[in-house]
Amino acid sequence: MTERNQPDQLVSVPRLLARNASLYGDKPAYREKEFGIWQSWTWAETAEEVDALALGLLDLGVNVGDHVAIIGRNRPALYWSMVAVQSVGAVPVPLYQDAVVEEMTYVLENCGARFAIAGDQEQVDKIIEAQQTVHGIAHVIYFDTRGMRKYDHSEITSFADIQNEGRAAAPRLSKELNARRDALGYDDTCVMLYTSGTTGRPKGVVLSNRNVIETSKNSSEFDHLSAGEETLAYLPMAWVGDFIFSIGQAYWSAFCVNCPESAETMNADLREIGPTYFFAPPAIFEGHLTQVMIRMEDASRFKRWMFSYFMEHAKTVGPRLLDGKTVSTKDRLIHKLGNYLVYGPLKNRLGMSRVRVGYTAGEAIGPELFDFYRSLGINLKQLYGQTEATVFITQQPDGEVRSDTVGVPSPGVELKIAENGEVFYRSPGTFVEYYGNPESTASTKDPEGWVATGDAGFIEEKSGHLRIIDRIKDVSKMADGSLFAPKYVENKLKFYPNILEAVVFGAGRDRCCAFINIDLTAVGNWAERNNIAYSSYQELSQHPQVLDTVLTHVNAVNESIANDEMLAACQIHRFLVLHKELDADDGEMTRTRKVRRAVIAEKFNDLIDALYDGSNTIYTETEVTYEDGRKGKIKATLDIRDATVVAKTKVAA
Amino acid sequence: MKQNAVIDENTGYTTEDGRKIGGVMMDLRNITLRFGGVEAIKNISFDIREGEIRAIIGPNGAGKSSMLNVISGFYKPQEGEVYFRGEKRPPLKPYQVARQGVARTFQNIALFEGMSVLDNIMTGRMGHIKSNMLSQAIWAGKAQREENENREAVERIIDFLEIQAIRKTPVGRLPYGLKKRVELARALAAEPDLLLLDEPMAGMNVEEKEDMSRFILDVNDEFGTTTALIEHDMGVVMDLSDRVVVMDYGRKIGDGTPQEVRNNQEVIDAYLGVAHD
Repeated sequence: MTERNQPDQLVSVPRLLARNASLYGDKPAYREKEFGIWQSWTWAETAEEVDALALGLLDLGVNVGDHVAIIGRNRPALYWSMVAVQSVGAVPVPLYQDAVVEEMTYVLENCGARFAIAGDQEQVDKIIEAQQTVHGIAHVIYFDTRGMRKYDHSEITSFADIQNEGRAAAPRLSKELNARRDALGYDDTCVMLYTSGTTGRPKGVVLSNRNVIETSKNSSEFDHLSAGEETLAYLPMAWVGDFIFSIGQAYWSAFCVNCPESAETMNADLREIGPTYFFAPPAIFEGHLTQVMIRMEDASRFKRWMFSYFMEHAKTVGPRLLDGKTVSTKDRLIHKLGNYLVYGPLKNRLGMSRVRVGYTAGEAIGPELFDFYRSLGINLKQLYGQTEATVFITQQPDGEVRSDTVGVPSPGVELKIAENGEVFYRSPGTFVEYYGNPESTASTKDPEGWVATGDAGFIEEKSGHLRIIDRIKDVSKMADGSLFAPKYVENKLKFYPNILEAVVFGAGRDRCCAFINIDLTAVGNWAERNNIAYSSYQELSQHPQVLDTVLTHVNAVNESIANDEMLAACQIHRFLVLHKELDADDGEMTRTRKVRRAVIAEKFNDLIDALYDGSNTIYTETEVTYEDGRKGKIKATLDIRDATVVAKTKVAA
Repeated sequence: MKQNAVIDENTGYTTEDGRKIGGVMMDLRNITLRFGGVEAIKNISFDIREGEIRAIIGPNGAGKSSMLNVISGFYKPQEGEVYFRGEKRPPLKPYQVARQGVARTFQNIALFEGMSVLDNIMTGRMGHIKSNMLSQAIWAGKAQREENENREAVERIIDFLEIQAIRKTPVGRLPYGLKKRVELARALAAEPDLLLLDEPMAGMNVEEKEDMSRFILDVNDEFGTTTALIEHDMGVVMDLSDRVVVMDYGRKIGDGTPQEVRNNQEVIDAYLGVAHD
């Protein structure tokens, strides 16, 4: 049905490029800062560069269906490579540039890449090392010539040389190129992207032109993206989001993709470009906020006062203005003044003066953080997605933005919630298959096209927004049958700067209790300012005032959970602050800092018993591993506090 | 007195990693430098060849920096001659030496702390500016064109040394390791034939040293710049340099490949210490 709305020639990315070159020929398509100056390429120039490379690839002997690995930082040349590879009927496979050789070897082997296009010497070196075990790679192309002079060039060629050979071969090969490009169909493979592989080996997700183009079209229309948008391409090219933002949507809407000079200059480049459409994971927003706060600490008293006054005002007024709600004339005036004195300059500093649509996704974002940007007048929204869905599952429409939901289903996406709470979706973006792995494909996608997300969630009745609770494997039931979602509660606790980690127990029990880890930097800083002396982490963690502070945080979290009908039972009844930081060396966390519930439950079973048997203090001895591998024991007496639990009857009201 | 007789004067040699080293670029013959009654350098001769990385090493007070200052024209030796590209060099002012294509960095960083990295590196282009002060002041045709050309050259060096992110940062705000890199950038901006580095890695941590070593090798590889450097870190010297001169108490006690120098008994004594009579 959707196909009818589609001019039938726009069935592949190279076709979109041809359309843009004719409609927007002299508008900038790419910019990259090099040698201190923003260099730019129009759509017409882009088409020429892509053609030259595609002819060069033909000359090199790239066949229809070949896999071509593309590795490097975000640069126009590598984006052109993707489209050139598609133009000759081959499949681009972007890889993570920071992947170590073993990871790269696995992916190159798995996809059977015949060619590789690398950004610079570093990536070429990794490919050459991988070639000791991977023998399928016939030729490597590199872009940055620095340091490459001494390499044996029998199976390595520079990007520029390939393009030159392509231009020279144009009379001979143009016909073949056009034929291959015209043969591309809507259901042919557009790109293959590897999942990050946090659980097991990475899997190659095959996305068709239909997946990419339909999704790009729908999502561009959802946010009214137009040819005038500017974006900054700085997230890994191997990530599905970058592929959709910097190729899918960029080619569909014909907007300009800007590539930073280097990873370190990202912030300066962001300011210079002032993107109108911006995407970042919460960590980036958090980093920016921290920098602002540190600089404000050093500012003069008057400036600090001004900052806190106007930010306080913006907290209530800013989001209302963004959502188009009514605001009194006086508040409007103060906000205008604030915009002139504080918000405007601050947004300029952050490089977000022109952001019209901003997205964050990937993990839960703290409400304070989210509100800070919203109150500045930056239209920051959340979306929920995954590689298998070509990014978009749900997203927040303008005017309906909240920090605790991930929005309504994206256009064309159907959602259903299974018995156990798992979220399923079906959409035009639903992936074709996992490459060479029919078992995994079958277990993820059922014959009707429904895909399991692995996340538990529910749809809010009032707003129709989806709320994600937790990974489905972590969700279980409490003794009375109510839903137990530990990570949801832990994330809420961790949003407080004083709390570094939290572990909530309650599966199969009648109530929830928690272990808390304080954040030594934040709490230590607080202690220093309030002249509270302490000699060790252990002593600080058990300080009565610290426990009081944590108690207020826990109570606040309980209050917010109580508003949730489904999760009200997850309120924390009792908690203790641990005398040691949970550590990967002791096996309590993974190397990526995820808590290992089972290990912790076993190791600290005496503490858990104390939480549930009602005692007020508990003496414990814990084995710890020092950094040099020696083991020792720490002894402590821990206080257990009772938190205020909001009664269930109140929830119903 | 020439010890490196194994290497022929004009034909050069090939290094272990296969680089071709040319003929003699700078020849120092029987140099003696005195400060009053103190003889800082005693009758030393050695040469630096085209495309070579030449290290000068030795314990504290051996006269290494004095030697570098003689090469750069800052000190005038009382005895001995300096031959540059086959011609005997008359006593020159340091800026005249610089114009001949010799650039240097300093042991104690000598940058303009209040100026940005970019401006500091631009000062390295001084020798390439031909327009007069007036036309620069009124930004007339030639001065403008020249500045653009020089800026382009500087940007290539910024790109080469990967310091784009600090382009506009005042030097005073930079950490030590980066300041050293900026100094190298300024020296490179002069497009020297001979680059003199006075302890380029002093006070750096291992990672910074690795970075710096890579840049020195890359400079030599990419631009073919001949490099003479003073360094204390023996590991770095042995890895980087093609030939090494060892000095002790103003005398030359060894000269040759790193391997030869490492096995030289006098060098071992100087570094590990023996009883001096």
